[in-house]
Amino acid sequence: MLGLRQLSAEEISHILDTAKGFEQVSTRSVKKAPPLRGRVVVNLFFEDSTRTRNSFSLAASRLSADIVEFTKKLSSVSKGETLLDTAKNLEAMGIDIVVLRHSAGGAASFLSRNINACVINAGDGFCEHPTQGLLDVYTIRKIKGTLEGLKIAIVGDIAHSRVARSDMWAMTKLGAEVIFVGPPTLMPTEVGRLPVKVSYSLDDVIEKVDVINMLRIQFERLGGNPFPSIREYSHYFGLTVERMKKAKPDILVMHPGPINRGLEMESEVADGRNSVILEQVTNGLAVRMAVLFLVNQAAAQSR
Amino acid sequence: MGSELLIKNGRVIDPANDIDKKCDILIADGKIATIGSVNKTVQKVIDAEGKLVTPGLIDIHVHFREPGDEEEETIASGSIAAVAAGFTSVVCMPNTNPVIECETDIEYIHRKARQTRKTHVYTMGAITRGLQGVELAEMGFMAEAGAVGFTDDGRGVQDPAVMLRALKYASMFDVFIAQHCQDDAIAGNGVMNSGYYSTILGLPGLDPLAEEAMLWRDIQLLKKTNISYHAQHISTAGAVELIRQAKKDSLPITCEVTPHHLLLTEECCAEYDTNYKVNPPLRSDKDVEALKQAVAEGLVDALATDHAPHLQSEKELEFLTAPFGIASLECALALYIKALLEPGILDWPGLIRLMTENPAKIIGVDKGTLGTGRQADVTIIDPQAEYKIDVNTFYSKSRNCPYHGWKVKGRVEKTIVGGEIRFERNI
Repeated sequence: MLGLRQLSAEEISHILDTAKGFEQVSTRSVKKAPPLRGRVVVNLFFEDSTRTRNSFSLAASRLSADIVEFTKKLSSVSKGETLLDTAKNLEAMGIDIVVLRHSAGGAASFLSRNINACVINAGDGFCEHPTQGLLDVYTIRKIKGTLEGLKIAIVGDIAHSRVARSDMWAMTKLGAEVIFVGPPTLMPTEVGRLPVKVSYSLDDVIEKVDVINMLRIQFERLGGNPFPSIREYSHYFGLTVERMKKAKPDILVMHPGPINRGLEMESEVADGRNSVILEQVTNGLAVRMAVLFLVNQAAAQSR
Repeated sequence: MGSELLIKNGRVIDPANDIDKKCDILIADGKIATIGSVNKTVQKVIDAEGKLVTPGLIDIHVHFREPGDEEEETIASGSIAAVAAGFTSVVCMPNTNPVIECETDIEYIHRKARQTRKTHVYTMGAITRGLQGVELAEMGFMAEAGAVGFTDDGRGVQDPAVMLRALKYASMFDVFIAQHCQDDAIAGNGVMNSGYYSTILGLPGLDPLAEEAMLWRDIQLLKKTNISYHAQHISTAGAVELIRQAKKDSLPITCEVTPHHLLLTEECCAEYDTNYKVNPPLRSDKDVEALKQAVAEGLVDALATDHAPHLQSEKELEFLTAPFGIASLECALALYIKALLEPGILDWPGLIRLMTENPAKIIGVDKGTLGTGRQADVTIIDPQAEYKIDVNTFYSKSRNCPYHGWKVKGRVEKTIVGGEIRFERNI
């Protein structure tokens, strides 16, 4: 499970359908199911994460797997061990599935080619964040019924966003029209060759779209000075109460978190009636259970 | 030496003397004695029927990693690899650890080469101390010790005032200045060509503009100075256009192209295989076409490998962190044949010129021809040999070569340096 670019619409739909079945596990009094019993999942996180990491841990434990939590700061990586050596050592302990979060694009792909355990990409640089893309389309599908024909705006730092890329692949494959919105300095190179429309004006786009996904401004990834000030950025690309007045009444407001309140989105909008930000988190659990389940199933079949 | 060696019946190609004919070469006392029909009985005879006999090949851009990274390559291992690939002269880059930046460093390289006695090893010195781009290195002393030219290869000299000073200062010596054209401010932390592929792979891009901006700047500086300037490993259509205009303006500028920029594109990085991570990065189809067109037009002066050996353990890293570089010295000739000869961009004399006469002129050494009285550096090539490139047969210490398994045609059979057979392929 390395990215959504490589998956077909059918495969994506199959994951979403599987996730639907897992949703009710979380609502039972005994929140556990047995399919990963005896399997070892390692959470190999080289970047800070709250949502994704906990979501994967919880998903794995609900499927009865054993979980190894790996933290960069407390590991031999701080002594200079390479990613491959770290993973091979963990593999030597008999792990089955690696959930990898890493700052280098392609890290999951690199690891999967070099170890036997299954690799699930939990975010690699600004390449992909497939489970986020899946939970985003899952959330939209759940509320709107389908993605076919929907217009979806993804707003913010597209260039450095793995979420934007995974969303783009999943949403367009499922029949939605995606519009990237942000300043030209935060658009990726040759964006014209991607299956999306591009706009530099949120005001032009806001009234047309069914879903708006506001990306976090990632100060840790921004090089240089791609916009003059936060104030100016918010003026053009912030989702304000004022702007929301122009939006369709049933627009879905999404955000992958963590939110910079008042920057890309005003608090009143983040907590408003169109916001599905917490539903995204809830659905993330079911989607990650489905991914773990399917990856384990595929591994069992090839074994 | 007093010995004689006769190479009979080969197709002798010596572009510098406009020779391309079937004939014999007599070598006596390490020098070319006769080219033509030789009916003399000598003790050592090489039958070169069906083979090409050319001046010893010259690669003006190699990294032999010594001193500092001897695990990757040494002057000894690199020299053996060189003769196995037909190169009788190579030019080492100064970005070793420590940097080659004073006369004793130059002498060290020469001493190691003498001890190995395989290929002629020339070296360039650094333009600036520690390749820092701030203070000039002792170019005069290094030139006297035998440095053929200067470069901060691995990076470009960023500060235009420092570069102008370097060009002016070095012009009083008989040397040239070479540049790895890359404006770091534009390049940022890029690891592959900036474009569609860097976007979908989520990797920081190296914009072609980084190369072109520095080349453009250097061309302006060149107009204010009087020294030969060599653009190393040009890789973009824009750089070709700048070279074309500069040559039209009769500026003393030369350039080189590597095999990888003629054969591979950015698309090769799609699976994050770090053997394709190289700087300048693999570019687009359009750039590859422009480089081939430049070769066809005669704008490219030399072919050079930029042989950059790295350990497997260094390349077994994430694409983002693995080092830049492709080791291609040992398959270079076959790669040039594939890129330039097979599609008809060059004929044999044209190809050999870019690997002998021209590079010798750039570095200012009396080599690259089979003229009588010259030191007998000769390469014998079997143009028909068909085989697969196998990195496990390399004499080089490193294996970071993306051409492993490629089917190619054309191979070096024998390499003669100063009249001595220094490499012979066991068939």
